[in-house]
Amino acid sequence: MIFYFENHKNYNMSVLVYTENWDGKFKKLSYELVSYASKVAEMMGSNATAVSIGKVGHEELKKLGDYGATKIIEVSNDSLAQLDNHAYTQVLANIAEKEGSKVVLLAHNNSGKALAPRLSVRLSAGLISGVTALPVAVEPLTVVKKIFSGKAFSSDRVNTSISVLTLSQNSFELIQSGNTAIIESFTPDLDPALIKTNVTQTDKQTGKIILTDAEIVVSGGRGMKSPDNWSPLEELAEMLGGALACSRPVSDEGWRPHEEHTGQTGKIIAPNLYFAVGISGAIQHLAGVSSSKCIVAINTDKDAPIFEAADYGIIGDAQKVLPVLIKEIQAVKSQ
Amino acid sequence: MKILVCISNVPDTTTKVRFTDENTKFDSAGIQWIINPWDELAITRALELKEDPNIPVDSITIITVGPIMAEPTMRKALAMGADDAIRIECEPLDAYQVAGQIAEVIKQKDFDIILCGIESSDYNGSAVGGMLSEFLGIPSVSAVSTLEIENGDIHISRDIDGGKELLSVPVPFVGIVQKGIAKEPRIPAMRGIMMARKKPLEVVAAADIKPLTSTVKFETPPPKEPCKLVDAEEVGQLVKLLQNEAKVL
Repeated sequence: MIFYFENHKNYNMSVLVYTENWDGKFKKLSYELVSYASKVAEMMGSNATAVSIGKVGHEELKKLGDYGATKIIEVSNDSLAQLDNHAYTQVLANIAEKEGSKVVLLAHNNSGKALAPRLSVRLSAGLISGVTALPVAVEPLTVVKKIFSGKAFSSDRVNTSISVLTLSQNSFELIQSGNTAIIESFTPDLDPALIKTNVTQTDKQTGKIILTDAEIVVSGGRGMKSPDNWSPLEELAEMLGGALACSRPVSDEGWRPHEEHTGQTGKIIAPNLYFAVGISGAIQHLAGVSSSKCIVAINTDKDAPIFEAADYGIIGDAQKVLPVLIKEIQAVKSQ
Repeated sequence: MKILVCISNVPDTTTKVRFTDENTKFDSAGIQWIINPWDELAITRALELKEDPNIPVDSITIITVGPIMAEPTMRKALAMGADDAIRIECEPLDAYQVAGQIAEVIKQKDFDIILCGIESSDYNGSAVGGMLSEFLGIPSVSAVSTLEIENGDIHISRDIDGGKELLSVPVPFVGIVQKGIAKEPRIPAMRGIMMARKKPLEVVAAADIKPLTSTVKFETPPPKEPCKLVDAEEVGQLVKLLQNEAKVL
């Protein structure tokens, strides 16, 4: 299919957005990024251009247009099959220069955190990371971001002509604009000697919902008393299509895998609904979950700090409350 | 092999955050300062590597960009077992300035492995390690959860979104570490604290590197609505609230 596009806006100020793919597919995060980029572009009177690295079908690429990208740059190069921060930085910087991009947007996830700082130095562009809302001004670019793990906000201003931003996952609503985007391919001029990292093995989580992607998270703490008591949490998570998480003591004790630890030094998540079951809510735990849209706490201790962070709470024993909760949700779901 | 660990002096993570000067400055009154938790894990891993008789680690140096008030935190890192320390005399305004300053020092000295924590618990920038590698034009590996050295070769596992990867990388490189890299941070023993007083702490002048961003103002979030409690015998009521009021079910 060929796409025609008449451009009346200024491409030379484009907002460039890096959209990562997972085995050739995009996910909600990719569309959040493109939605955000096209809103910023609108504020600047320019366009959003998406960059995709790796093999992605054109039907899939076209979906980025649905969320407001007007141009999609497809980069395929066998030496970019694995993420090498140095090489990816060079490719994205080349494209940003070619496009005359004023803003470069990445996700505030593992790859975005790896690439955005390098791009900032490469492009001499100020970086503001982990933003959760649109800029309050575009000239100069000023954005509010969370600091101190959500205990405060800062309004940060970029003092260079180009800006690099990273957007926190699940913080920006999808906006469908139904654009048809043009697809361009770009062949980077890449010296293979630049690639110094050598990936020998990739293990991907399959079948399970990835914790940072999950809209509903069911999390257990030491109040669950034993790793043998986890089945009602598993049942609740499965019923809701959610992911499991846990507090730090639980992962430190080896009750649950480290991948499930949410908190300051674990995973930082922002689901729509977070169940904190038997979690007292230490400040380090709250740092990882305070961006959740709705927190439900179940705890026997009425003075547990989790009740200060929670929207809804039940003071009670999880072993008694959970089976009833599961039954009640089942009843509602089957209506 | 020489290891450099970049550390940040941050307010204790349980600190109540306040601002002064019409919300343009962090209020440091009464603050207890600590080593940034991820940097502390990086130091711990560096110490574990040095203690392994099969791994030829010659020295562990720590580096901080900050004023003299950062020195007690640096002494703590020395008490944990680092060999020497460098403080760059500068009150940095953004991550770019921090990374640029450290890069200038590294260019004068040789390090094989440069470790940084994945973020700092104060400004949550997740930026210094990546910026540093780009200033130096060397490889970086982010979200590192294990780091092994075998016959001089570096083997790393890193988190990717939805999985893990194993990779190797030549020195020099910047490793940006997260949880998993070391289990528990070391608590300095009395002997370590005594020895730390005599370990070299070099102060270097700041290079001329300007920040690229600035903070216009700080804010603290508005107080949250109180938690709505549901009786433990009325669990159905919670489900109704989640469905009809919060609209999350």
